[in-house]
Amino acid sequence: MSTPKTLYDKIWNDHLVSENEDGTSIIYIDRHLVHEVTSPQAFEGLKIANRSVRKPNFTLATADHNIPTTNRDEGISDPESKLQVDTLEENCKEHGITFLSMSDKRQGIVHIIGPEQGFTQPGMTIVCGDSHTSTHGAFGALAWGIGTSEVEHVLATQTLVQTKAKNMQINIQGELPLGVTAKDIVLKIIQTIGTAGGTGYVIEYTGDAIKSLTMEGRMTVCNMSIEAGARAGLISPDEKTIEYLKGRPFSPAENEYQSASDYWLSLASDEGAAYDKTVNIDASDIIPQVTWGTSPEDVVSIDGLVPNPEDERDETKKKSMIRALEYMGLVPNTPLKEVKVDKVFIGSCTNGRIEDLRAASKIAKDRKVADHVNAIIVPGSGLVKQQAEEEGLDKIFIESGFEWREPGCSMCLAMNADKLKPQERCASTSNRNFEGRQGRGGRTHLMSPAMAAAAAINGKLSDCREI
Amino acid sequence: MEKFKKIESNAIPLPMVNVDTDMIIPKQFLKTIKRTGLGKNLFYELRYDEKDAPIDSFVLNQDKYKDSQILITGKNFGCGSSREHAPWSILDYGIKCIIASSFADIFYNNCFKNGILPIKLDESEVTKLQKAAENSLSFTIDLENQKISYFDKNINHEVSFELDKAKKTSLLEGLDDIGLTLAKVNHISDFENKQKSTTPWLYSQQIK
Repeated sequence: MSTPKTLYDKIWNDHLVSENEDGTSIIYIDRHLVHEVTSPQAFEGLKIANRSVRKPNFTLATADHNIPTTNRDEGISDPESKLQVDTLEENCKEHGITFLSMSDKRQGIVHIIGPEQGFTQPGMTIVCGDSHTSTHGAFGALAWGIGTSEVEHVLATQTLVQTKAKNMQINIQGELPLGVTAKDIVLKIIQTIGTAGGTGYVIEYTGDAIKSLTMEGRMTVCNMSIEAGARAGLISPDEKTIEYLKGRPFSPAENEYQSASDYWLSLASDEGAAYDKTVNIDASDIIPQVTWGTSPEDVVSIDGLVPNPEDERDETKKKSMIRALEYMGLVPNTPLKEVKVDKVFIGSCTNGRIEDLRAASKIAKDRKVADHVNAIIVPGSGLVKQQAEEEGLDKIFIESGFEWREPGCSMCLAMNADKLKPQERCASTSNRNFEGRQGRGGRTHLMSPAMAAAAAINGKLSDCREI
Repeated sequence: MEKFKKIESNAIPLPMVNVDTDMIIPKQFLKTIKRTGLGKNLFYELRYDEKDAPIDSFVLNQDKYKDSQILITGKNFGCGSSREHAPWSILDYGIKCIIASSFADIFYNNCFKNGILPIKLDESEVTKLQKAAENSLSFTIDLENQKISYFDKNINHEVSFELDKAKKTSLLEGLDDIGLTLAKVNHISDFENKQKSTTPWLYSQQIK
């Protein structure tokens, strides 16, 4: 009998092109997602070396980081953003790569449209010049973010030179309490292992609480693997995965679906497979989580207090806590529920899917956004937007006083016009609370869509279960 | 890529943990379609105030570190996004070696693609080097022999560091990764042919 293998081992083995003399391996890349910010220099590199794109048909491009979420028909007013988006379109045309432009209703955040189009499938290797490529791991695809040099390498060779990572299992046992979501799970994980806890690892999420999540929820968990330091997160494909992908534009055709599904199910980690490290978390202990500081590991439960640096023994940590609290404009020991917000952002590749908008709309329905709050909803893709409008969610949001925007990355990284002003405080469903992330001097609190909606209604951080 | 040569320079001490890529190069500078010219915006929000005036207390604005080629910093350096603009801005500024107790994976990898040497050392060792850097001592970084050395009060200190052999060679030789992989294009074609028979749906449902 052969040694039991993990999901990661199996995908790795199935993509091994060759092993180099120096211990590295050439790994085949099945699908490549491309966006405007991290690709222009890669295409330029190809041109300089007179190289072509090996597999244009395995590559899908869209513009998401830089594009406006209002007045789309006026085009992009920022000349630099426009040049970057135009450059991507020209590069795609030149190399025969499909490009979903701003006017295409399938356009959206790369990590939302990959799964939505069935471009993302179990057992694949998927890369993109974006750290949140880990999202696609929810399907049991080995997916990770790469830099521009590697984007160029994939364009030219459809492979990457890699060293195999270590494998960590994060097991979330038990049942999630009511009102607690995938976002709360992943924030809890990052708090537990820290932002460097997953460095050097590929994480596989297992356990009943993970299995019980929808595909959307699984994507939220895998999405933030990178905030725990891991380049990739994985969840075994199951019946939910197979059901989700059925009939999507790039999913396997009907006559091949059965054999594809059989292969996908065979990828699950074998019983007794060894991990380099295992972390256990009890789902029933998790309550809605929010961040208080400027690192995604600065997490507390919503019924908690702003932590006090005086309680921290490690000097370096203490110093960074003091700096974070000063930046965030927070006083130690303040109840989180007393912290007022100015802005609310619901969207991003972490939480810009239909299920996220449904959760937020349940809180928003028949309630009003607090007078002093400006709240925006940015669907993750044109199709998410369309679906939400078919369900009447846009009306609920607009009646509550939320702004209903066009799809894109928007205020998650504030490359377009959607950004915080200095000292503005935001309840955000995105993934990073770094200094300046949502605009210079802006203060970000990460949380789930229901929690962000509750913050919008109450005008301060709130427990969505109490609304 | 240029070959990595021996470095002799003082080092910039930046004793901060979890320095993220948004801090290294904020998003407003990611709109470029070039790799060059980003050095002036390195650590922008720590380095300049809201009116673009240099913040005197920030280490990069101190004259003695003006020509430093080495940065000594805290753990988990380069966490956050995959933007290669981070190493591009570091290199464009003139820094060719970063010393820390740990690095985020994507950033670490991106350094080698750009001829930057990231060195991982124990935290206690990094703290010692930080002190030496604060005293503006001159360091020698010898990649060939995997050694950092500096003189403090006439005593020569030497610190060895570990590095993956493939990564070392790539820096020393300034290798073209893509060229090396393309030399094995037959292996890639063979793999594709095999994959076409084992998982044919990957080839029949292509993007059109």
